[in-house]
Amino acid sequence: MTAPSQEALAKLTPVLTKRWLSPDAWKIDVYERLDGYAALRKALTAHPDDLIALVKDSGLRGRGGAGFPTGMKWAFIPQNDGKPHYLVVNADEGEPGTCKDLPLMMADPHSLIEGIIIACYAIRADRAFIYIRGEAIHAARRLRNAVNEAKAAGYLGENILGSGFNLEVVVHSGAGAYICGEETALLDSLEGYRGQPRLRPPFPATHGLYASPTVVNNVETIASVPYIVLGGAGWFRSMGTEKSPGPKIYSISGRVNNPGQYECSLGITLRQLIELAGGMQPGHELKFWTPGGSSTPMLTAAHLDAPLDFEGMAGVGTMLGTTAVQVFSDQDDVVYATYRWIEFYHHESCGKCTPCREGNYWMVQVLHRILAGKGTHEDLDTLLDTCDNLLGRSFCALGDGAASPVQSSMKYFKQDYLDYIEGRRSPLLSPAELVGAH
Amino acid sequence: MAFSEETYTRAKEIIARYPVGRERSALLPLLHLVQSEQGYVSPEGVTFCAEQLGITRAQVGAVATFYTMYKRRPTGDWLVSVCTNTMCGVLGGDRTFQTLSEELGVGHDETTADGTITLEHAECLAACDYAPVVTVNYEFFDNVQAEQALDMVRQLKNGERPTPTRGARLCTLKEMSIQLAGFAEERDGALADGPAGESTLRGNRLAEQYSVSVAGYDPNTPIPTQADREAAKAAAEAKAEKEKAAPPAPAPSAAPVVTSPAESKGLEANKPASDAKPAGDVTPGREDPS
Repeated sequence: MTAPSQEALAKLTPVLTKRWLSPDAWKIDVYERLDGYAALRKALTAHPDDLIALVKDSGLRGRGGAGFPTGMKWAFIPQNDGKPHYLVVNADEGEPGTCKDLPLMMADPHSLIEGIIIACYAIRADRAFIYIRGEAIHAARRLRNAVNEAKAAGYLGENILGSGFNLEVVVHSGAGAYICGEETALLDSLEGYRGQPRLRPPFPATHGLYASPTVVNNVETIASVPYIVLGGAGWFRSMGTEKSPGPKIYSISGRVNNPGQYECSLGITLRQLIELAGGMQPGHELKFWTPGGSSTPMLTAAHLDAPLDFEGMAGVGTMLGTTAVQVFSDQDDVVYATYRWIEFYHHESCGKCTPCREGNYWMVQVLHRILAGKGTHEDLDTLLDTCDNLLGRSFCALGDGAASPVQSSMKYFKQDYLDYIEGRRSPLLSPAELVGAH
Repeated sequence: MAFSEETYTRAKEIIARYPVGRERSALLPLLHLVQSEQGYVSPEGVTFCAEQLGITRAQVGAVATFYTMYKRRPTGDWLVSVCTNTMCGVLGGDRTFQTLSEELGVGHDETTADGTITLEHAECLAACDYAPVVTVNYEFFDNVQAEQALDMVRQLKNGERPTPTRGARLCTLKEMSIQLAGFAEERDGALADGPAGESTLRGNRLAEQYSVSVAGYDPNTPIPTQADREAAKAAAEAKAEKEKAAPPAPAPSAAPVVTSPAESKGLEANKPASDAKPAGDVTPGREDPS
């Protein structure tokens, strides 16, 4: 294993993750010692509109996958409308490959709480909810503790630090449904319904939680806010690219020597990330990878030097997504990987719209047939045809996402499918066996 | 079976977390609460939630059956979830599931004859840097291959409590459901259990090892006010006027520096959003959950 190049090392930007090395940073006294709540004190001296302008100037874009400008989202909240405003933090991390928000909430929960208080002050909300996925109970218990500590210290509750601003934060555990990461499904779930996406418009900015103006932001987005308040928009823009500024937590998993969390300047390339992660595992050669979870079309070794930012990924026909970089090698079966992802979408489809509910059901059957050595050439057409009926015709982006692994694997690795269909490769599954069917 | 007084008290506390008139928001935590007493969402549990919220049992049932974590049959003290999503699956999760299934003699979402262990496949558990993972009552056992998972399950069968890699020491699924319902961790010291694993810290360790930090950070940087922004705008305009009057100098272009063909394509394909674009609207029609 060779040391990473200077070029790759220079991409490291320990900002959001820097407290993680202090094992007790989840406790309020340690957090305060490490500059905690300094941003809140500073923010409360500013006018809320100036904070919105600051976040706009920083160029911060949503870290949950869509990359929408955060300051703009905040500015959409109508002011002086007489309605309650809400901030809802999307902590329903579940996009396959994504594992950045849970370690953040585990190691440094107060940074999220501090970001929430500043964001609520800016958009004039007096209630915030953190919707955390149910299975993430290890992080939820640290968050609940952080909320209680912050309340006892006067950072939450009535008249925060004498500013006259009030805020309550509730940590709400979900119950195991990927779809609740979609912001309107999340809102329905938080209101006590099945988590199914809503028709938009109206948008959450005007008709969100309880039909009131609501900002829904990802954990990493909100956790970036205190650093922008302290360091300023110019400093934040010193990282990343012009259109994708700032630091970003990249989660690299799979066939590399040191999988893990690497906070880097937006725009790092996979080649550099793999260097940071200690190179490919011995005997493994990069074959396919996802830039940001299974909903982002996969790429190949030909894309090692494409910048991992919003524009760079769009430029090679995929998306940055959640920067969940899953690395697979020549020893991994791309058809099987696709099959498992589609089983996932099948299991997680909320059932509201036909293209996603039926499309994924049938794609699982077809992919299973191919892997069982019973596939036909027509099956490939059926898969692509199903994708055409999913992408852009689903009710929400999660349905759209299901087309990604199928279309992209077929684009780059059609031969792998043909090898199963034409008998060059022995069947992986028996016709009766339904691995992972549930 | 009637629910205990304590459960009724807890139900009231849960409902009080949400705004008046928005009590239905308490439904998910209430369903976790009934599981804390019965181990699954029984017909009585459905009735309990319906009565607490003044909604129908059908409304509660529709929600309870939607979410994976609400169990419809009695569940063991130990819920063993094996991640078989793609990354964990190919790195060993598939084999682990088969092995545990044979050891326990049960399939997905089934409970051993003695009622102590329930086995399930799980979808991505957001710990891919520790793949393959298995959880017991949602606490993580990282980088677990079939043999280690087998050891762990045998400990559970023997009435022992194996120690998770991250997160707190194990408690029963019913005890865990109280926390899922939003109540604080009460076990002494459990909050401090499970320091961050090496994968979590790897980027930081590299930065530390090579002394990499982000330059130019000044926590006292002022937050610009409306007046500051107007002054800056006026100054920029004045400068532009001046440059217009003066002979054109080879000024640096305002366009972003294009460093690669991919990026240049990206700039064309993904123009910055305009102010007219509503919040949450994403083209090309994609918003990833996380």
